[in-house]
Amino acid sequence: MAIQVADLTKRFGKAVAVDGISFSIADGSATALLGPNGAGKTTTLAMLLGLMTPSSGSIRVLGTDMLRQRYQVLGRMNYASPYIDLPQRLTVRENLNVYGRLYGVKNLRTRIKTLTEELDLDRFMERPYREMSAGQRTRVALAKALLNEPEVLLLDEPTASLDPDTADRIRGLLEAYRGRTGATLLLASHNMPEVERLCDRVMMLRSGRIVDDGTPEDLARRYGRRNLEEVFLDVARRA
Amino acid sequence: MASLIRIYAMVLRHIYLLRGSWPRVLELAYWPVMQMILWGFITQFFMGHSEWVAQAAGLLLAAVLLWDVLFRAQLGVTLPFFEELYSRNLGHLFVSPLRPWELIVSLLGISTVRTLIGVVPAALLAIPLYHYSIFTLGLPLIAFFTQLLVTGWALGLMVSGLVLRFGLGAQSLAWVAIFALAPVSGIYYPIDTLPNWLQPVALALPSAHVFEGMRAVVLDEGFHAGHFFAALALNLVYMVLGAALFMSVFGIARRRGLLLHSGE
Repeated sequence: MAIQVADLTKRFGKAVAVDGISFSIADGSATALLGPNGAGKTTTLAMLLGLMTPSSGSIRVLGTDMLRQRYQVLGRMNYASPYIDLPQRLTVRENLNVYGRLYGVKNLRTRIKTLTEELDLDRFMERPYREMSAGQRTRVALAKALLNEPEVLLLDEPTASLDPDTADRIRGLLEAYRGRTGATLLLASHNMPEVERLCDRVMMLRSGRIVDDGTPEDLARRYGRRNLEEVFLDVARRA
Repeated sequence: MASLIRIYAMVLRHIYLLRGSWPRVLELAYWPVMQMILWGFITQFFMGHSEWVAQAAGLLLAAVLLWDVLFRAQLGVTLPFFEELYSRNLGHLFVSPLRPWELIVSLLGISTVRTLIGVVPAALLAIPLYHYSIFTLGLPLIAFFTQLLVTGWALGLMVSGLVLRFGLGAQSLAWVAIFALAPVSGIYYPIDTLPNWLQPVALALPSAHVFEGMRAVVLDEGFHAGHFFAALALNLVYMVLGAALFMSVFGIARRRGLLLHSGE
């Protein structure tokens, strides 16, 4: 299993953000965490990455205990999110140079060239990150996330702020990346067509709990709905 | 080796920042140069009016240049750390294999670079402007410089830790905290000028020992090993405290999710 989570809980004072969830994610699979705002998706991702300490429970990523030995495995993971940024005044090239070294990427120059061409960023290499559009920033963040060819890639809203054409290309790139490397993808998204296209499994979260789990098709069938979007609305509105 | 590469990456991140903005580099040198010019004129005035200053022309200039080492070293830690908060970059940094202690070491490295950029031009300009070279202090200058650098680092880590804990609303601490040390560090006057009850407070600060030691050298009393070793021992304590505070706040930040939500 790429990811194993048992009884994971996160409390902030009296508020419970994640409420005793358990799940396993198979190697090479693509899984989505779906749920309304405040369902606990980002908090769950943050705990999986070691950015946040759980109140209780255990997390193993690639067989490693993330609470005690996270540094053994962080180099084999990566993350992109529109909710955190890269250094604003550094250019795209400088940002990728810095992060490539942080991840110990071999043949960094070649890797950056390949990635930036794939993500159509090669024209912007000398542009400061702060001068880029939201969509361009998302692509830079994705380039950073793919620099080390992660075995486990966690994505929070991977195509937020992208126009449909670019978003489609990014999804294609993620599919190809997974196909080529056998990487495990876990993404939090509100974009249902994206989830249907990229993921073979969906975990529905509400109020910090997993309320359903299955393939997009299974969930639609189980809820008697035509697609995942209608399932999402069902789950989100069922307080 | 992997740690060294990550530390280098973080230093490189801040070198890129400086390299990309000449006004930023000029600003680093601006205040130390202005301070030096101001205190140079004050020295010239006192040379004719104060017997104490007259016997050692470089006393005030050496003091102001060394004070800037302390101040710049502290800012050299805090401002690069604030850059990560302004950029909302901590989340990316700490999903990478970068360890908190590696971040600390890189901050100390960039602090050294920024301090040298800030203070060396002022020290060099003092030579043609006031015919005073701080480099005439010789080897003791290295001792004073390194001790003040370490004191600045320790304070910088404490301030950075507090800002990580309480948010950027507390960032003004970077500018004001150091000035709490100024009156009791004996920068421009001997520690025995202070009231008796305040002198033990001063002697608990590495900076006070450095400035006492500096005055001894400038006044041809020689290098006071006692002050040097006192500063060294105190710096060790303050650095351990600074690093421990930073690491402890880091643990709190992980528990509270501050690494994900830090920023302006």
